[in-house]
Amino acid sequence: MAASTPRTAYWRGFRAALPFTIVVGPFGLLFGVVGTEAGLDVAQVMGFTVLVIAGASQFTALQLMQDNAPTLIVIASALAINLRMAMYSASFAPHLGRAPLWQRALIAYMNVDQTYALSHADYEAAPSQSVAAKAAYFFGASTPIIPVWIGASALGIVVGEAIPPALALDFAVPITFIALITPALRTLAHVAAAVTSIVMAILLGFLPWNLWLLFAGLAAMMVGAEVERRMGARP
Amino acid sequence: MTEIWIIILALGVGTFVIRFSFLGILGNRALPLWLLRHLRYTAVGILPAMVTPLVLWPEATGGQMDPSRIAGASLALAVGLWTKNAIWAIVVGMATLWGIGWLLH
Repeated sequence: MAASTPRTAYWRGFRAALPFTIVVGPFGLLFGVVGTEAGLDVAQVMGFTVLVIAGASQFTALQLMQDNAPTLIVIASALAINLRMAMYSASFAPHLGRAPLWQRALIAYMNVDQTYALSHADYEAAPSQSVAAKAAYFFGASTPIIPVWIGASALGIVVGEAIPPALALDFAVPITFIALITPALRTLAHVAAAVTSIVMAILLGFLPWNLWLLFAGLAAMMVGAEVERRMGARP
Repeated sequence: MTEIWIIILALGVGTFVIRFSFLGILGNRALPLWLLRHLRYTAVGILPAMVTPLVLWPEATGGQMDPSRIAGASLALAVGLWTKNAIWAIVVGMATLWGIGWLLH
């Protein structure tokens, strides 16, 4: 690939990200709808959307709040979902570690599944780009994705009030989680982790305060890591 | 009400710290392999546990098993595995739930 300037890198990221707005938009919309149905006011829904920008953890928090789980359990469970982003952060460090602090902070804020996946793929394909070009690619990819996420949630708040209860939107949350998990079931280790997670949720369901969720998650992570170690290969 | 804002702020700050961690503070230090191995399975380890009771014993039916929800979840899973496309899985899952609900009632 020809050496890219920050400007060309920005637009390359922008164009690559456009199709992903089709995924991000409906998901953001759904959070606006479900959050409103759950009784959150406009500021609270938008607070989640703008401050957290992590759909799966937002839905998790919402669900646990509706189950009246203690505040600490809600926070711990939702943060646990986002632990994967520590991995994103680590894999960005060699590429963007020398960008200015304000850029790294902004990148961290907008480092969601889609912007990460696109940027990481670009850095792997053209590792010799300048740090400025790599940062520009990330910002290019974020330009359509982050505003669509925020705007779609706002739209969901408006639309949500018009949706009749017969549509059983309570079920949109588990369906969305299933839809998010399945593309991740790439290896035997991922499948083993998911199966462990389900079995443990059923076996430990009697535990109070939704503690079963954290224990099931931990057990599943250990099984996934162990299967990966025995297979001796990274996915 | 304030409880909700505590959750929102804690999640916002916590998530930012997770995202900023290695990029911002820890720099180029390599993560130990065993930790990376575990981190890879956080989402796939927690989300299925979250989903299981919602599918098997939904609150909306008073905790009774509901064939339309189980069918919807199963088909969403099948479509997700087949197409690797989250949106199609959601559409098919919800359509199944509505279709069976409409046939039964």
